[in-house]
Amino acid sequence: MKKNLTTVMFRGTKEQEEQLYAVIEKYRETPGALMPILQEAQEIYGYLPIEVQRMIALRMGISMEEVYGVATFYSQFVLNPKGEIAIAVCLGTACYVKGSGEILDKITQILGLPAGSTTSDGKYSLEATRCIGACGLAPVLTINNEVYGRLVPSDMEGILAKYK
Amino acid sequence: MIRSHVLICGGTGCTSSNSLKIQEAMNNELTAMGLENEVKVVVTGCFGLCALGPIMIVYPEGTFYSNVTIADVHEIVEEHLLKGRPVERLVYHEENESKHHATSLSETTFYKKQKRIALRNCGVINPENIDEYIAMDGYQALGKVLTEMTPDDVIQTILDSGLRGRGGGGFPTGLKWKFASGNRGGIKKFVACNADEGDPGAFMDRSILEGDPHAVLEAMAIAGYAIGADEGYIYVRAEYPIAIKRLEIAIKQAREYGLLGTDIFGTGFNFDIQLRFGAGAFVCGEETALMTSIEGNRGEPRPRPPFPAVKGLFGQPTVLNNVETYANICQIILNGADWFKTMGTEKSKGTKVFALGGKITNTGLVEVPMGTTLREVIEEIGGGIPNGKKFKAAQTGGPSGGCIPASLIDTPIDYDNLIAIGSMMGSGGLIVMDEDTCMVDLARFFLDFTVDESCGKCTPCRVGTRRLLEILDKIIAGNGELEDLDRMEELANYIKSASLCGLGQTAPNPVLSTIRYFRDEYVTHIVDKKCPAGVCKNLLQFKIDLDKCIGCGMCAKNCPADAIIRTDYIAPGHKLASFEIDPKKCVKCGACMEKCKPHAIYKD
Ligand SMILES: Cc1cc2nc3c(=O)[nH]c(=O)nc-3n(C[C@H](O)[C@H](O)[C@H](O)COP(=O)(O)O)c2cc1C
Ligand code: SF4
Ligand code: SF4
Ligand code: SF4
Ligand code: FES
Ligand code: FES
Repeated sequence: MKKNLTTVMFRGTKEQEEQLYAVIEKYRETPGALMPILQEAQEIYGYLPIEVQRMIALRMGISMEEVYGVATFYSQFVLNPKGEIAIAVCLGTACYVKGSGEILDKITQILGLPAGSTTSDGKYSLEATRCIGACGLAPVLTINNEVYGRLVPSDMEGILAKYK
Repeated sequence: MIRSHVLICGGTGCTSSNSLKIQEAMNNELTAMGLENEVKVVVTGCFGLCALGPIMIVYPEGTFYSNVTIADVHEIVEEHLLKGRPVERLVYHEENESKHHATSLSETTFYKKQKRIALRNCGVINPENIDEYIAMDGYQALGKVLTEMTPDDVIQTILDSGLRGRGGGGFPTGLKWKFASGNRGGIKKFVACNADEGDPGAFMDRSILEGDPHAVLEAMAIAGYAIGADEGYIYVRAEYPIAIKRLEIAIKQAREYGLLGTDIFGTGFNFDIQLRFGAGAFVCGEETALMTSIEGNRGEPRPRPPFPAVKGLFGQPTVLNNVETYANICQIILNGADWFKTMGTEKSKGTKVFALGGKITNTGLVEVPMGTTLREVIEEIGGGIPNGKKFKAAQTGGPSGGCIPASLIDTPIDYDNLIAIGSMMGSGGLIVMDEDTCMVDLARFFLDFTVDESCGKCTPCRVGTRRLLEILDKIIAGNGELEDLDRMEELANYIKSASLCGLGQTAPNPVLSTIRYFRDEYVTHIVDKKCPAGVCKNLLQFKIDLDKCIGCGMCAKNCPADAIIRTDYIAPGHKLASFEIDPKKCVKCGACMEKCKPHAIYKD
């Protein structure tokens, strides 16, 4: 998986840090704990910036290389914060053959935002995802976890207008 | 007294179209009408007909409602549940027999040819309630093996049944268990379940976990007894929140009932299960990569041998099976190997679940006996291709599989037949394509996926798949040469033979099978620089039929590139001059075509 590094400044709080350390403590005795820790860290921060990875490495007493290696290997771990309005278009096979590529192009065209990026004001992010399991409704997209299905490109303006 | 049950689908498909809000509205409405003690609302797993969701079934009548919305709930409660008159307009009608409406699900063409073993409880029970599972003979198979069978009996039964792995490879399950069964009690062992479901566009395993999680837990405990393991792991995709939640509930309930934990059924047998979450890496579906991932590392495959049965999770002997494989186990134990063997073909026994997707009317989940033909699945169960289009091909096996062209639609589906025609069973994704799908673009789609998902550990896969993709890109851009076809075949065969794991070994299959069955389409792209399906943008032009154009100007208004201008030609019978597209300016966005009411714009 190719990953772009973020340019957004890290704004972690003290509470988040404490939550993170509690998670690491919880998994102290668990074999193979790095994955679940990264997953819960992402829930706390919304993404996994280098700063958070460094805290995890130090606390767990493992190398930064190991943490970074795992964080970049899995597509679910995001190193970029998502936008306030996070749009994800399914490019799973069922959606793709039903034209989700055109839906994605249409959104890029409307927002001027290429897939896999966030606007610099942090307002919108657009990503292509794999099957989200609503193939029966293909093609589908989600905006902040709300699912929209059976789409055609001309629906997009109306849907995006709801999120301003 | 409960006199009616309302079953509402809580699978991912229907949940996405608001089924849980419908449930809430239903409960409120029932309370408002004072029916809350007479009608019980049950949220179930997927019924299979996801295309028509949200789905609702009212028992005892068995009335089957589809496409239900929140606005319909009041009417259903008042008319049907209060006055006993089903709401006709919401009742599912089959397209071919509009008069007849199926009163029971099993009568519909969608269900008639299906045989539900792995899915038998999906859409039938509430997956969050262990008592409903137990009422459907749940945990009886575990009781039977612990009290009446030796571990070797269990393995023999699974061997005799002919069950083969449903995760893709089709390895005999009994044999796998047998390999891991040595030195019971003398060495730590694990049982693991592959719920990583990596094929994009497939959702069989998810639906089983969402609709019948206990069936998997029970089967894993049986596997534990058979090989002498006391610990199990389920590796499930983090992208499956509903499945995860139901598994967590199921594990908790099973522990409370003493069906997981120590001294199960008072027999001294101990077994417990933990969940681990996958994080979106396709290669982690591969067995050795999956285990490396559970151990907390980058999910890179390791060379085999040693096989997991000898050295698996944390270096200990491990049995890993797919979700659907496990979902068959309890039924085999209860009904016997001979019963299971009556279904299927000579070398592929039982049934297979498919996730039907793409250009097909009934997108959803189906389970059919092995040996059912593709035609039966697509034309009968699947309801055919929508919008009067023609069937072109189906893809099985996802990015590792291949396509099956229309000429082979009568092939009985089983492991060996699919391999023989250059595809594979895979885990059960079945994507249907019509004449609007470009096979070159499809091959590119899958290859783009594998390039992205290659873990990079070995060169043939990492570099080879990228080269293949580059050649495909070149063809799609209109710069292909005929020699590229031979180059791709040669490269593909090299990648298949030299890659370390199954991902690389199968990645070229979509390319090879599309070249095999749709060579003409490649040649048209290369020689004529045209895409017959009208998909590859560089090879097509948007044009306006001057005689159809009414001169309304909608296209020009919506063109982001200012590529559309008025001509001085007024078509016979029209008042305004027609428009035309300047091919040099056009960026092929398609916006004009969408806006043109009289369909005067076409792709060439
Ligand atoms: C690249 C790759 C991806 C795979 N993905 C899956 C998967 O998503 N689910 C699955 O059950 N098996 C998958 N498999 C097959 C597993 O390696 C393994 O054979 C299977 O889980 C064994 O279970 P079974 O014998 O019950 O099928 C994959 C294999 C490869 C090479
Ligand atoms: S074949 Fe591909 S996915 Fe498998 S080990 Fe090699 S590089 Fe990794
Ligand atoms: S396809 Fe797009 S760019 Fe080309 S003419 Fe139509 S609207 Fe304009
Ligand atoms: S939208 Fe269609 S009918 Fe109207 S001007 Fe354009 S091509 Fe002609
Ligand atoms: S392929 Fe898009 S939801 Fe499954
Ligand atoms: S998710 Fe409701 S029928 Fe499949």
